[in-house]
Amino acid sequence: MSTALSPAEVKGVVVRILGEIAPEADLPLLKPDISFRDQLDIDSMDFLNFVIALHEALRVDIPEADYPKLSTLNGCVEYLAPPPEGGGGR
Amino acid sequence: MPSLGADMSAGTLIAWRKKVGDHVTRGDIIAEVDTDKAAIDVEVFTSGVIEKLLAQPGEKVPVGTVMAIIREEGKPATLALQREAVSAATPPGSRVTPPSVSAPAAPAPSMPAAEPGRIRISPSAKQLATELGVEPASVKGTGPGGAITREDIERAAAKRLAAAQAQPETVADRQARMRQAIASAMARSKREIPHYYLSTTIDMSRAMAWLAEDNLKRSVADRLLHGVLLIKAVALALREVPELNAVWKDGQAVQGQTIHVGVAISLRQGGLVAPALHDTDRQSLGELMRNLRDLVKRARAGSLRSSELSDPTITVTSLGEQGVEAVFGVIYPPQVALVGFGKVVERPWVAEGKIVSRPIVTATLSADHRVTDGHRGGLFLATIDRLLQDPGRL
Repeated sequence: MSTALSPAEVKGVVVRILGEIAPEADLPLLKPDISFRDQLDIDSMDFLNFVIALHEALRVDIPEADYPKLSTLNGCVEYLAPPPEGGGGR
Repeated sequence: MPSLGADMSAGTLIAWRKKVGDHVTRGDIIAEVDTDKAAIDVEVFTSGVIEKLLAQPGEKVPVGTVMAIIREEGKPATLALQREAVSAATPPGSRVTPPSVSAPAAPAPSMPAAEPGRIRISPSAKQLATELGVEPASVKGTGPGGAITREDIERAAAKRLAAAQAQPETVADRQARMRQAIASAMARSKREIPHYYLSTTIDMSRAMAWLAEDNLKRSVADRLLHGVLLIKAVALALREVPELNAVWKDGQAVQGQTIHVGVAISLRQGGLVAPALHDTDRQSLGELMRNLRDLVKRARAGSLRSSELSDPTITVTSLGEQGVEAVFGVIYPPQVALVGFGKVVERPWVAEGKIVSRPIVTATLSADHRVTDGHRGGLFLATIDRLLQDPGRL
């Protein structure tokens, strides 16, 4: 089990990977609650590469059934840096 | 200079990757060439020792021009990098050197590759070509029977001037050139190919269920996209309807001996390319997925290989990503068919007398009516459907 990631770490990794997939994108303008696909012209191959890169960078195993949870920046943070059990502060 | 597609009339040599005296084996990358669409790694189609490199880096070389001379073991020197078998840009009636056949005798390095006497060109266009300094062999004729017209010569001269002025080239210039290349190929397709179009709706429930199950067994990096199943089904269906796996050459269809499915890949800066997945029918789904990922990556990075662009025997296009349900494509000459897939969508479906919700995909065929009729085309789409109902055997 890998050590828990902070939301900022997850955001940093996600933005770096997106920058490699869509180099022309203006990532600072990325809206956290709208899907990457709608904002960055990401196709299914790009998304697959995104998941593979997340897997390699964060050493997490991501079942295919969870892919929809990774479609937005907020979704990635919730999935990859969940708040501790019991709802304690971050 | 090999022809790397219907839209290519010339390429600019960026760099040689081999030098005089180097031994090369068929398939080795010998040069890097810039075309209107992308930078391409040019593969050599014979084996031997490089005797002479004729083209200079930076030089714009018309398709069909000899770029290098390679001496095969125990044989006289071979003209290398001449016209390749897929000679989309070749005027009808001119001779094509198949890649595997060597020139019979050692040619003088200065010998022109094209045979000017065989080019169809009107006297007035020929005179204009001389005045403007345009080599007719490098011009694609748009007149009757592929004859070169005065307009073709003027266009070629204007294009050359524009290319010379556009230095250094900006992204916008590159996009404009890409647009022009696509315009030229698509206009030619619609001018020359009598298209017919068919469409069918395929129940994807078995395929999608099998895929989800199979992906559970695969690691993140090895998981399949459903598009790979579609591509494999097309390749296997071509074995049963092989006349769609062909190119139109010199007034007749030439059936492909191998099945190289070209996949339309959109580029992030705009435009598209459709390179081949070689021997598509003989690859496992896992191999196809790896090769497709690699192909998309290299297409977008601008490092495709020449055979990938000159080899496709049919094209598959999938516009489902943006929600489009059906695509009626324009055939990429000299191919004679194009298969389109839309988005996989949940729709009401009647099964065993009941209305149920099923994932379905609309498959379309655009085919050349000179080569096939709707009956065979319909059989082809029905075969794709049948194959997708037994996904474990793809």
